[in-house]
Amino acid sequence: MNPFDELSIEEAVRLRERKLPVEEIVTVTAGPAKSQDILRTAMAMGADKGIHVQIDDKEPQLEPLGVAKLLKAVVEQQKSNLVILGKQAIDDDAAQTGQMLAGLLGWSQATQASKVVVEGDVVTVTKEVDGGVETLKAKLPMIITTDLRLNEPRYASLPNIMKAKKKPLEKKTLKDFEGLDLKQRLKTVKVTEPPPREGGVKVEDVDGMISKLKELGAL
Amino acid sequence: MFAVARQSALRQARTQLRISQPTIVHQSALARLLSTLAVLEQRDGKLSVPSLSTVAAGQKLGGSVTAFVAGGGAKAVADEAAKAEGIEKVVYVENGAYDRGLPENWAPLLVENIKKGGFTHVVAPHGAFGKSLMPRVAALLDTQQISDVTGIESEDTFVRPIYAGNAILTVQSTDSTKVLTVRGTAFAAPKTEGGSAAVEEGVDPNVESPTEWVSEDLAKSDRPDLASAEKVVSGGRGLKSKEEFDRLMPPLADALGAAIGASRAAVDSGFADNSLQVGQTGKNVAPQLYLCAGISGAIQHLAGMKDSKVIAAINKDPEAPIFQVADVGLVGDLFQKVPELTEKLQKQ
Repeated sequence: MNPFDELSIEEAVRLRERKLPVEEIVTVTAGPAKSQDILRTAMAMGADKGIHVQIDDKEPQLEPLGVAKLLKAVVEQQKSNLVILGKQAIDDDAAQTGQMLAGLLGWSQATQASKVVVEGDVVTVTKEVDGGVETLKAKLPMIITTDLRLNEPRYASLPNIMKAKKKPLEKKTLKDFEGLDLKQRLKTVKVTEPPPREGGVKVEDVDGMISKLKELGAL
Repeated sequence: MFAVARQSALRQARTQLRISQPTIVHQSALARLLSTLAVLEQRDGKLSVPSLSTVAAGQKLGGSVTAFVAGGGAKAVADEAAKAEGIEKVVYVENGAYDRGLPENWAPLLVENIKKGGFTHVVAPHGAFGKSLMPRVAALLDTQQISDVTGIESEDTFVRPIYAGNAILTVQSTDSTKVLTVRGTAFAAPKTEGGSAAVEEGVDPNVESPTEWVSEDLAKSDRPDLASAEKVVSGGRGLKSKEEFDRLMPPLADALGAAIGASRAAVDSGFADNSLQVGQTGKNVAPQLYLCAGISGAIQHLAGMKDSKVIAAINKDPEAPIFQVADVGLVGDLFQKVPELTEKLQKQ
């Protein structure tokens, strides 16, 4: 599971553990058959239900905009009023889906959350910004994306892993979401390795470091 | 290569058409082919100069560049931005409701102004503001944003790092409006003197934000801004405590006139503020000199600093991965080497 998504599940479960009226925690993913394992992990952490939108390898890849459209449909269907997502996936590093979903739904958004407090239908979120933190307040419904310091995700215990196998897992395909424009907008031209850095030198002492830095024009 | 050729051909076509057929219809139709809206940041009525990197990116795209600024006192910021090189026009919206950069009212604001200006490209810096705002704008425009762009190959082909910078992706966008966030360190901000752009008021849809700004707590510092500093000194877990971090790093930073950064390990252990984190989930820096002490060099950290011009590392473990990327490495105890280095630099 994407590390930021673990934080999302953990936060949802903690909201319920703080005795807040969390009716249901639904976890959703889109991808190949093996993404179901991720949903089972989420359910072992405390989610109640999983929704798997199966996408075969042959089908075009979903981009963040497509994922946001799909999630909007799921949110409307499930009548959710709080969506927690990771701030970014560590493969494509796009950091877009949560904000796009908030835009499509016209909901409030708080990105890169490091603290979430819910009182009634008012949510106060502390978010990480350049140079420090910022606090926002909004009424539900809203979208939150998680930052690293939001919480420490739990490990799923063996009994919970066993229980998770019995929790409901809805299987869907893109055909269940007809009417959504999910076509790919970006074409991959190429993927290359970053230029390697040239091997540097090791110096013996501080004087060596200073003179080498001068030689390189860094001082 | 073809993409580059196409771009220059397009430019050439535009220039020739301007000369040979100065009919207004043609010119405006062609000018619309490529025009960039560069979103600038301001704070308390002061222009963020690093955010002018969006203008540099706009110039690389090849068309005209219009800068955009909004907030209370936006007119004054617009006048200041108008002096920067490479901007044709500055559009401002004077309204204090935009001071806090809330995406809920900023996104409709930008969408209205993008539609009005018929821009083909919208560029914002890939900082906290741009990251939270632009995807919302892109969704409202039904376009797939391209994040953290480090290179522009042509008007529709862009380069960006993926997998924490371990791979470089070149993508071509088929969307009619391209929304980009750009990595500031990859596009040097233009000179802030010598330009004379027209200043014009933009449209203000005045959408009320359902989200309310409550407060902020920014780390105060007289040092250069981490993301745009020429020199950065950075400390890691090896510093062992906040006391040691505060004792050793600031004097070294002061001796060099450098900003201070930290690894995730140092931030998580409470040695340094979160906002100082350099890496995949923190800030990306590319200074002239990145000098780090007590940082092993995990890939997530390297993602945020490996484009630095010169990397220097002090670490007691000769096998630390940081030495594979460091131009200058010193194996030794940082508690001894850092003060010695500080002292010797101060003497110079």
